[in-house]
Amino acid sequence: MNSGIPIEITGLSKHFGSVTAVEDLSFTVQPGRVTGFLGPNGAGKTTTLRVLLGLVKASSGTATFGGTPYHALKRPLETVGAALDASFHPGRTARNHLRVTATAAGIAASRVPVVLEQVGLTEFADRRVGGYSLGMRQRLALAFTLLGDPSVFVLDEPINGLDPEGIKWIRLFLQRLAQDGRTVLVSSHLLSEVQQSVDDVVIISRGRLAKTGTLSSLELESAPRTIADSPDRPRLAAALAQAGLEYTEGRNGFIVAEPDPGLVGHAAFVGGVELKSLHRLKSGLEESFLALVNGEVDHVEIAEPGPPEASGAPEASAAPDEAADAAAPTDAAAPTDAAEPAPPDDRESPPADGAKE
Amino acid sequence: MIRALGSEFQKVFTTRTWWLLTLLLVVYVAFLAGGLGAFFGWALDNPDAAADSSSATGLPTEGLAPLVYSFASSVGYVFPVLLGALAVTTEFRHKTLTPTFLAEPHRTTVLSAKFLSQLLLGAGLGVAAFATSVGAGAGALAGFGIDTALDSSDTWAMIGRGVLAMALWGTIGVGLGSLVPNQVAAIVIVIAFTQFVEPILRLAASFNDVTAKIGQFLPGAASDALVGASFYSVASAGGSATMLEWWQGGLVLLGIGVVTTLIGGATTWRRDVS
Repeated sequence: MNSGIPIEITGLSKHFGSVTAVEDLSFTVQPGRVTGFLGPNGAGKTTTLRVLLGLVKASSGTATFGGTPYHALKRPLETVGAALDASFHPGRTARNHLRVTATAAGIAASRVPVVLEQVGLTEFADRRVGGYSLGMRQRLALAFTLLGDPSVFVLDEPINGLDPEGIKWIRLFLQRLAQDGRTVLVSSHLLSEVQQSVDDVVIISRGRLAKTGTLSSLELESAPRTIADSPDRPRLAAALAQAGLEYTEGRNGFIVAEPDPGLVGHAAFVGGVELKSLHRLKSGLEESFLALVNGEVDHVEIAEPGPPEASGAPEASAAPDEAADAAAPTDAAAPTDAAEPAPPDDRESPPADGAKE
Repeated sequence: MIRALGSEFQKVFTTRTWWLLTLLLVVYVAFLAGGLGAFFGWALDNPDAAADSSSATGLPTEGLAPLVYSFASSVGYVFPVLLGALAVTTEFRHKTLTPTFLAEPHRTTVLSAKFLSQLLLGAGLGVAAFATSVGAGAGALAGFGIDTALDSSDTWAMIGRGVLAMALWGTIGVGLGSLVPNQVAAIVIVIAFTQFVEPILRLAASFNDVTAKIGQFLPGAASDALVGASFYSVASAGGSATMLEWWQGGLVLLGIGVVTTLIGGATTWRRDVS
């Protein structure tokens, strides 16, 4: 019964007075895949989803389910399951919430215990929602989406508020939905929150599309680099220069614009330099995600992954030609003026750089 | 529409508001109808003492029973208004408009279902209120040997019109709630208007012929006209207050409910839900 209905957003704009929430947004969400709808808070994700669901009127453009806007769907809840802000009347029980909805949508009341069981709420079904934790509300919101056994799922920040067990559970849940051939759109302001669940990403920033594609295409956008350190840094620097490798000095060694640590190790070997560390810079997804959504800001400072080997300004001076271009297509010039003129000063203060952000 | 109507009834009966309001209504009406019935009974038994307390002088025993029974709507009408207003404002307050409109994207259908369900629930409250006022009032009157008028078809016609008035008040609540989605504001308006503003306006309007003609269109006045017996109509200026015909009163109430709901439906109800 899940024929596979794509979500189609075309030239969508929404203005609230003089504030532009969404501007000329176009993308398609394919069935059979989990698509992450990503962007920082205030990027316009929720507005886009609410327009898609007919709750907010678009200023221009369209948002449809395979060409049909939400209000024109014959059986809306049996086509689209949507979880938005997990808000319920606190004085009503979970079971009654679902009953009220099932009645309004013409769905058999016998679905209610089924979906409660599916999300693991059976035990609490007759408790008033006012006493629910955020995680339980999220589960109830998911039960709501499942009522009509729809072929499209639109979930706004469904992972927010879940405990680790709940997060694991929802990952499996989403993947199973996609395996059934359903369309699954999941919004989040944290890539790390959904990166294990999504196949595709749609990234928006300030109401505009920043990127759309597969998750792995996002990974490719951040040029991988190698960290190398030596007790004798000047000699390592000389050896790297000798090998023709671009590098910059970070707190924990040199960040070399070379994805293969083997080549960097070879350069050190040729130069006869002792190495005390040599590994690939862990970065990738989150880094390029942040670069995309913060294109306008000085993203060099933001692009600092958790591990200490990543210093304040990794990509800028090292490889202005490829790393910066790839990571920040919108604004390739911004990082260079921050880091390039004075790399020696810059490397002394990565924590400060980080703190500034 | 049937689905939306069913859902609206479920919404009302799955939270505690409805029986709290019903309970309050019953207690309030029982207290007033029983208490006033007893007071009048006592006043008629003891005309000398009652003369000192001034208010009950010259009351005929006939017509007393309908007056006592009509407390169900003349003081109880605020309850269907509240229930109707809450049915709308709760959706805004608890952001349940999102699931409501997801299940039924046609907003007019939802508001129409609220209007109809509150009409029926208002009638239900009316039945409860009149059952109480007749029970308590007739009991008190009979205790003093006053005619309970329960064998009169006029009394039952009055009760029927009273139930209709309560039903229409429920729709006015829906209209008010859709005009004023802020729950606290809506409750304050209901209480302030029904308990202070309108009684004062009616009293003030009755002093002048021109204003009295306008005053008869005030919802409370229209309601009393519809029911046909009311404490206010007796108390204000010795019963000389200008009154609409009962069916005119009913139309005025219905008109207020329909117009406010239409305006609310075209304004706040159309807005973005976020």
